[in-house]
Amino acid sequence: MPITAEFEYEKVKTWRDALALKSAKGSAAKILAGGTDLIVLLRENHSSAQMLIDLKGLPGISGISFKNGVLTIGANVTFSDLIKSQTVKKYFPALWEASQTVASVGVRNRATVAGNICSAVPCADSAGPLLVYDAEINLLSENESRKVPIEKWFTGPKKTAMEPKEILHSIELKYPSSKTACAYLKLSRYEGEDLAQASFTVTLDCDKNYKIAFGSLAPTPRRAYKTEKFLKGKKINEETLNEACKILETEISPISDLRSSKEYRIHMAKVMLKRALEKAVSRYYKGIPHYGEGMIE
Amino acid sequence: MKTHDIEFKLNGEKIKASVKPNRSLLDFLRNEMGIKSPKVGCDRGDCGACTVLMNGKTVRSCLVLAVEADGCEIVTTEGANKNKLTQKLQKKFHEKNAFQCGFCAPGVILSATELLTENPKAGREEIKEAISGNLCRCTGYEPIVDAIEKTAKK
Repeated sequence: MPITAEFEYEKVKTWRDALALKSAKGSAAKILAGGTDLIVLLRENHSSAQMLIDLKGLPGISGISFKNGVLTIGANVTFSDLIKSQTVKKYFPALWEASQTVASVGVRNRATVAGNICSAVPCADSAGPLLVYDAEINLLSENESRKVPIEKWFTGPKKTAMEPKEILHSIELKYPSSKTACAYLKLSRYEGEDLAQASFTVTLDCDKNYKIAFGSLAPTPRRAYKTEKFLKGKKINEETLNEACKILETEISPISDLRSSKEYRIHMAKVMLKRALEKAVSRYYKGIPHYGEGMIE
Repeated sequence: MKTHDIEFKLNGEKIKASVKPNRSLLDFLRNEMGIKSPKVGCDRGDCGACTVLMNGKTVRSCLVLAVEADGCEIVTTEGANKNKLTQKLQKKFHEKNAFQCGFCAPGVILSATELLTENPKAGREEIKEAISGNLCRCTGYEPIVDAIEKTAKK
């Protein structure tokens, strides 16, 4: 099916040009990186874009760097790049684990992490790991640059804290300061490519601080702060897990859609929370010196 | 809409063209270049029938704009005679009767080409993961996985 929507295309070479163009056009200009979401929207006439600004010619945003405990992921970095990165695998295994569940190879070769969080659907696979690693998003506009914590990024389904004149430059993640174990779980209708019916990302550290993020269970990907607070300092056993599930139920607000019913999501959220925590705990106590790839089976 | 002049390599041959921004690479290859191996399936990146190699990596040509191909190298199964691995895969697919209607085959073969180029000794599970984005409604996948496994180095 041909694309009937009409729009201009500009492949910018410098940040100055990119930001000037975005500032002039505002929300009428959409940013094109991988295009795996955007082209679908254009083809199905769900986007009112009058112009696409292609970022793939811009310098400095196609790589992953790791300096002083901070991982920087440029706006053009694809999920395939993340999967191939030994640094991500070693130091941010939850992100590595989640990246493998994104669609399929041919999509991951184009789809970017930045695009994933800019599309901001409730089931975004990279959102959970970015939430538990307390990511910060670097935004640029003509006159300023600012950082938005991932906490404040998702403002609604497909809505973010980004202003129309801004362009996402990169995402920063801080390496956890103490030994941490993690787990990412995704529930889908079948193995292979599917969007998540529900997803959980959890981490725990030596002081039994738990971080729990969920996807597809609320209008946006979110942290389960109440559940985290309850679990803080506690051992994971049947009793604490059952209590945690009761609290979790007050924090989620799933809907029914074509992938599953609300009731199924509520049921599975509790099952998945237990499994994810148990998995992270077993990885933690496997006797691995410092967290990383050894914890992923 | 402004047209854009693009230059890229298609199966080893230099191509110069003018394209409108809203033309997908798939549409351009099939209707402008007469390259018919990438198929129009779901048109939204789910089925893998439109898979082509872009700078050696598989992409969904329905989700790539033709204008984005500027400066890139595009390979389809029409260019298989230049790649021994792709040719070998085609032979093994033939031997194992790994396609019936053939609609998914060009995409699967290119996905397998990418996999075996990066990981020549890929095992069954890795093969399944690599082709999980290529839907086949005839074979039930077993003969396809067999054919790719036979092509992989032991």
